[in-house]
Parts: sequence; structure tokens; C-alpha cells
Amino acid sequence: METLTPVFDVAAIRQDFPILNQTIHGKPLVYFDNAATSQKPLPVIQALNEYYRSYNANIHRGIHTLAEKATAQYEATRETVRQFINAAYREEIIFTRGSTEAINLVAATFGRQNVQAGDEVIISTMEHHSNIVPWQMLCEEKGATLKVIPITDEGEIILEEYEKLLSERTKVVALVYVSNSLGTINPVKEVIDLAHKYGAKVLLDGAQATVHLDIDVQALDCDFYVLSSHKMYGPTGVGALYGKRELLEAMPPYQGGGEMIKEVSFEKTTYNELPYKFEAGTPNIADTVAFKAAIDYINKIGKSVIAEYEHELLAYGTEALSQIEGLRIIGQAREKISVISFVIKGIHHQDVGIILDTQGIAVRTGHHCTQPMMHRFGIPGTSRASFAMYNTKEEIDRLVQGLHKVKKMFA
Amino acid sequence: MTINEIQDEIVEEFSLFEDWADKYEYIIDVGKKLPPLPAQYKTEENIIKGCQSQVWLHASLNSEGKVIFEGDSDAIIVRGLIGLLIRVLSNQKPEDIAKANIYFIDKVGMSGHLAQTRSNGLASMVKQMKLYGLAYQVKQEVK
Repeated sequence: METLTPVFDVAAIRQDFPILNQTIHGKPLVYFDNAATSQKPLPVIQALNEYYRSYNANIHRGIHTLAEKATAQYEATRETVRQFINAAYREEIIFTRGSTEAINLVAATFGRQNVQAGDEVIISTMEHHSNIVPWQMLCEEKGATLKVIPITDEGEIILEEYEKLLSERTKVVALVYVSNSLGTINPVKEVIDLAHKYGAKVLLDGAQATVHLDIDVQALDCDFYVLSSHKMYGPTGVGALYGKRELLEAMPPYQGGGEMIKEVSFEKTTYNELPYKFEAGTPNIADTVAFKAAIDYINKIGKSVIAEYEHELLAYGTEALSQIEGLRIIGQAREKISVISFVIKGIHHQDVGIILDTQGIAVRTGHHCTQPMMHRFGIPGTSRASFAMYNTKEEIDRLVQGLHKVKKMFA
Repeated sequence: MTINEIQDEIVEEFSLFEDWADKYEYIIDVGKKLPPLPAQYKTEENIIKGCQSQVWLHASLNSEGKVIFEGDSDAIIVRGLIGLLIRVLSNQKPEDIAKANIYFIDKVGMSGHLAQTRSNGLASMVKQMKLYGLAYQVKQEVK
């Protein structure tokens, strides 16, 4: 009998990503900057092309054929995203420009409505700036206080300290599911359950997590969840906010304009129903349509198979990089996705990045938009290699060779 | 030597290198040899903030009325770039610095090679140095 276990064929997968097939400074490209943005497979590129070539039209309200097709495709992405994170209802999926806009939307609507003077918002030390600044702005405006969950030297949040921060004053807990600079997978279920005991609502920043982990917003019972297409092999400029329906319904609109209204007069405007209430103006139709192709691609290969392979890369990379003298991995949490952040003694991360680039290896260097966390570790920044499904062990070997060269040049 | 003569000299030197690895070896070497900026000049005032690395730039006028630049960075390649800029613009008259056309960066292919973020940092360094030149020029004219 034939088994139906999907076979993971990285060589075949690489064929689907045309961008990988190029040389940088005469060397085959090694793309290890996937946590910043992942590359796009052919079906995504084709979907974009197809949209503009054959059915570009403004969505909703149009009665002609192209408008109907565009609307159907746009809404099909909504349904695909809903399934991908297992939301209960399609209207719980609001399209945004990305995770950042989704967090800003929640802070500006739910936050303004529910956080008042004396209230508290809890975030963690390892948040991306996009999950710090919107809450800081809200707290400043309202006279509320921002509290921060501390982390260990390994890069894990300290749950006992988190518990101490919680109180009846806590209105929102905003936590990154997976850290972009450490790779840590946070114990979000525990965080959510504890927050709910105090009546606080929880927003999960799923920008990194969504492409790597199985996401089930109902099982997690999170109140809000945000994600970005471009970190999931999809186009840039589109993402989504998930919110529990009753919360979204009670929230005021974010931006005013077309699409989000039911009826407008100069005296009074009534708002459209979910999800359109939060989607003012003509959205990014093309990229949203192509986003579906990215999720379909992930589903076709199989998320668990991808996760298994990426974990293999993480283990291999961690082992190989640990052998390099003077190299220290920042972020050694027990639960990690395929991200390795590191510093090399005596060598600035910018120098590491420039010399790796001359060898065709793309890593990210700097503070990764997590400056408070870099302060926590007492470093200005790191070099970060983040792996995706199309990366290989041979490429990790290239990175190791590259780092030896870096060490030699700066010795 | 004039600013342009020094620039041409650097362009000439770089033309000897075959690839970017060699060019970087050279820049790193300049960076390693650049004397560190005395601690008292590593102030908030002298900092040019970049996303990746920090740059300090200090200027003073010597007895011959020429501007002396000193600089530093926490990253070596950037130190090397500072070293090259100092070689071109330090010990020159304020008015010459203020009106200088810095072309060697383009000519050695650095602006094309260095990523936008890095060449931006370089651009703000050049701008800052020219501003110093202008400031000293105005100061001398007032006198």
C-alpha cells in the first residue's frame, strides 16, 4: 500500500522560488533573512500577474463580471486565512497592511475605548517595536501604565513575574507569540488563561509564528491575533487582524472612508458590518488575492513537514555555529523556531553582515526592532540567520565558512 | 595635496584591487589603523546616529586655519570609511571643505556596493564634515 506521507523535497521546493537561483558578488545566494521577509514561490508571483492581467477591478459593489471575480478572489483569501488560523467566522478576519497596522488598529479602537487612566497594559521585554510603540502611545494618551514582563538570560519570559504584574487594572496583554530576534516560542496559552482570570484581553503578535506553527485561535482563546503575509511566502503590504466577533462588533471603526460605511449623510453616518467596518478605502486587492496562493502553497507542502525540516535546520545550525570560537548565541529558549541570533566577540555585527554579503550570504544585523531587549542583554545588536523551508544544511555550512572568514579578516 | 588630488589617489589605489574582498581588506586595514578618538570627544554632540553602528566626528581648527577631523565608530568597516574621509577632508581649508565635491565614493564603486543604509550613513558623514567646513568658514569671515 502506498503511504500518503508527504515527502519533503527541498530541491524541488527551491525550483519554486526563482529568486534563489542567482549569484551575489559571484557566489550563489544564501538567503537567511527569512524572519525579515520570506521569498515568494511561483504560484504567488503568478497570482499577482494573473490578477492584473485578467481581472483587476475594484471589489464589492461592482456589478460587472471582473468586479465580481475580484471580489470572489479577495473574499476567498479571507476564508483561507480563517481556516489557516482556525477562526470561527470569516468576518473575524480583517485585512490590514500587515501586523503593525493590525496592532495599531486594536490599540486605537479597542484600546481607546477600554483603557482609561490608571489602567495597565502588559507587554514583554522581547516585543518588536510595533508591539511596544502603539501601546505606549495609548498609555500616554490615556494616563495608563505600560508594564513589562521580564525575560531570562536564555530568552524566555518569566511566568511568575508576569503573574505578579496582573491585576484588575490590567486591560490588555500584548505578547509576541514567537520572538523575531531570539526565536523563542512563548507559552501563550498560559499567558492568555492567566490574563482572562483578571478580565484582561490578549493580543498575540503572530508575525513570526504564523508561518512556523500550527495556529488555532479558538483553542488558544486569544482575543486578537495579528499576522503578515510577507513573512509567510506571500506578498508585502497585506496582513490580517483576527478578533473575536463580539469584541470587533463593539469596537469603533479605525479609519473613515468608503467601504466601511452603510449610509452617509452630513448629519450622521452608520457603519458597515464586519469585517468591512474596519476596511476603509480600496484595499490592497492584488496582494491580498496572491496571499491565498502563499497559504495554499504552505498547505500543499504541509505545515508539520515544513516545521520538522526547519527544526532539523535549527538543530544543525545551532550545533555548527556553537563550534565557532568566540560566537555566542543570543536566545537559547527550550522552544524555538528556526532563528539563530548571535554575537562574535570583538566583531561588530555590521562588519559581520558586510563581509557575509560579499560571500553572497544574506543575514540581518542590528537590533531587529527590539532595542529594549538588546539593552536587556547588554548588546547593541546581533547578527541573525533565520531559516525557511527552502534553506539547506549546505547553506548553513556556507555560513559557517563565511563566519570563519569574517573572524580571519577582523582578527 | 588638494582634496581632489587625494580623491584621485584613492581611486587609483582602489583600481589595483580585483574584487570587493580585497577592497574590504583595505578598508578594514584603514579602520584598524585609524587612531581612536579621545574619550572626551565621544560625546552625544559628536555622534552621528545610524541604524547599525555609531559614528563620532570631531572637528577643530589648527593654527594654520585648517580643519582637523577626528572620528571613530564601533564598527571597523565604518571606521575605515571614516579614515578615508579624514584623509580627503582633514587638514584642508574650511572653504575648500565646504565647496568640496566628494566623488571618490562613487568612483571606487562604494555607493553602488554598499547597501542603502550604509551609504546613507556615509552620506550623512560627508554632509556633517562639509557643514563643519562651512561653519569655520563663516566664523573666519566674521573675524
